[in-house]
Amino acid sequence: MSDIREIRVGLATCGIAAGAQRVYEALASSLKESGLDIPIRRVGCVGMCYSEPLVDVVMANDAVTTYGNVTPEDVPRVVTEHVIGGQIVEGLCVSTESFLSRQVRIVLENCGRIDPESIDAYREQGGYAGLENMLAQMSPQDVIEMMTSSGLRGRGGGGFPTGLKWSLTEREPGAEKYMICNADEGDPGAFMDRSVLEGDPHRVLEGMAIAAYAIGAAHGIVYVRAEYPLAIARLERAILDARAAGFLGEDILGSNFSFDIKIKAGAGAFVCGEETALIASIEGRRGTPRRRPPYPSQSGLWEKPTCINNVETLANVPWIIRHSAEAFAAYGVGKSRGTKVFALAGKIKHSGLIEVPMGMSIGEIVFDIGGGILDDRPLKAVQMGGPSGGCIPAELADTPVDYEELKKTGAIVGSGGMIVLDDSTCMVDIARFFLDFTQKESCGKCTFCRIGTKRMLETLTKICDGEGSPEDLDALVDLGEKVKANSLCGLGQTAPNPVLTTARYFRDEYNAHLVDKACPAKVCKSLLRFEIDPATCKDCKLCVKDCPTGAITQGDGKYQSIDPETCVQCGRCYQVCPFGAIAIETGKVNVT
Amino acid sequence: MNELSSSAQRMNAGKREGGAVLSQGEIIPLLQRIQEDSGYVSEEQIDEVAAATGVSASAVYGVATFYSQFRLQPPGQHMVRVCEGTACHVLGAKDVLQALKMNLGIDVDETTSDGLFSLESVRCLGCCSLAPAVMIDNETYGRVTPDGIGKILDTYRKEAV
Repeated sequence: MSDIREIRVGLATCGIAAGAQRVYEALASSLKESGLDIPIRRVGCVGMCYSEPLVDVVMANDAVTTYGNVTPEDVPRVVTEHVIGGQIVEGLCVSTESFLSRQVRIVLENCGRIDPESIDAYREQGGYAGLENMLAQMSPQDVIEMMTSSGLRGRGGGGFPTGLKWSLTEREPGAEKYMICNADEGDPGAFMDRSVLEGDPHRVLEGMAIAAYAIGAAHGIVYVRAEYPLAIARLERAILDARAAGFLGEDILGSNFSFDIKIKAGAGAFVCGEETALIASIEGRRGTPRRRPPYPSQSGLWEKPTCINNVETLANVPWIIRHSAEAFAAYGVGKSRGTKVFALAGKIKHSGLIEVPMGMSIGEIVFDIGGGILDDRPLKAVQMGGPSGGCIPAELADTPVDYEELKKTGAIVGSGGMIVLDDSTCMVDIARFFLDFTQKESCGKCTFCRIGTKRMLETLTKICDGEGSPEDLDALVDLGEKVKANSLCGLGQTAPNPVLTTARYFRDEYNAHLVDKACPAKVCKSLLRFEIDPATCKDCKLCVKDCPTGAITQGDGKYQSIDPETCVQCGRCYQVCPFGAIAIETGKVNVT
Repeated sequence: MNELSSSAQRMNAGKREGGAVLSQGEIIPLLQRIQEDSGYVSEEQIDEVAAATGVSASAVYGVATFYSQFRLQPPGQHMVRVCEGTACHVLGAKDVLQALKMNLGIDVDETTSDGLFSLESVRCLGCCSLAPAVMIDNETYGRVTPDGIGKILDTYRKEAV
């Protein structure tokens, strides 16, 4: 018992949603009742979202036992059997081996391991040492040179070389410059930045301070989604602590370099991930992008030279300063160096937050780290980059995570959303889902983005409803190309990607909707028919009770029957039938 | 949030002096503070923000309607947010939303006639491994089924009685 150094409970947003707060409270009271004085650490996301809530028992020799899917009721067992008795609770223990062994953790090295609200915990892991060493030994040019040779590129999705971005801002004249951290993570299905901000906020502040020194900025702003209240609270705390410790503010560590950081909460607009729209938003205007040049490095916030980097990009910076550009560049392939964080979700066994070296293949991520597809169904595609990205079909699963290689497929590395799709996912529906998103989020400035996405969405809806005609697909692709070519910002330039990639790799599925009026994945409701098998039906009438339109009536015997005219394909009967007597059919009815 | 509360204080200070004292950059923090306090932003409050920052009321209205965070109508007692992020979508969020609409008898962005529930659809609550997810006020419910949603709503209804 005395060998236990600490117990960690994962208390990021996902953990709390899974009930980790109640587990934490149960653990605190259970330890108190047993008279044990073992520190309980509230840590960020360790990444194994599929097993939340997670509790780690850490020994003095650093050995960790991880308990997963812990409920408050499990806590007394952990305390009595493991903490007091020294015996691992076998049934509750989860293996981290397959999930973690192939990962390389640079950005996430502290996430889930340290208390994010403790600056001392960050410093014990070498935090702020990079900033200190840099201020003592390096010129801004040295720092920029180091970033350039490390090969670090923008992790928000653009992939612009970080060293080059910094040097462009550094060379601009003027004493007043801004360093902005873009934490407006808007891709639905992605939570990498949130996990870093919640799990290791000081890392981002240190990265910002290093960047500010390199470009000569005295003012920093973190532009973070208002939907991330916990991330904002932890950042606020971290800024206060960093100021008190002398890592932010006037004359940092006696170096003559002054830099301070403010937080601006975004207000819910996906387009604000675009640099010029983000700047407009901070200035209190509608978040519409503007024409470039001038680039933000020349004229950005309040018309001053401004450098904007994404959270993950900045979180790499302290590590590079502390280790070396070469150590960072040792990971990766070609022009893609270092690691990339992904939010792995969808039809996958081990959904969660992962960090892999660049160059690992999509298939390795899905099967080796993600444990394969839910219910062992076949992999159909992987959606990368969210609304700006595309679907990579299963046959291209060997494609490595590499900016250039992924671009060839029509998808992008993106900010890190990776949604795994199986054979029960309809690709036309997925394309429509993303277009529905971008169409609503279009700021309305460019005609092609404003009206083009609207027309594309209408066409896709028509196809999903079984009212499409064969020429619709070519019209859709043609319009998609035009929206890409005639939009000012990244939103419009990439919005057609989900449609274009699905049309390229899943043309048969579009044709099934268009010609056969069938949805092979049985997702598009208008193309489905619900039928009751008289032989299996036990006449229990549960479906009759639940049918919202009264479409189910007594058949010619002891079974029920669905009237296709009245049925609205809501699927309630299918869900409630205890005998599996209801079948979902799609395609034209064969008339004999 | 310290910065926001100071904005509100400064807006009041500005009102007392009868002049515009705040920069345009304060518009969004002010609106956020107002919504945090009153649940929504009223027409009068838009005028107040305009006066405090020296921009036209129509510009403030433009900002308030551009960003999805701001509500211009008072919300119901409980805010029901259905996640329609990608992971939730592929795991059946649409059916959950449909069940919620049927149970509450309202559409998205509407409030029940008894003022108990408002229904919102949001993009990603960030707990993709718990998909499909629904958030009611500050409580998140994971792996929600169309069948199970009725029971969850009933607990809030019982509380209200």
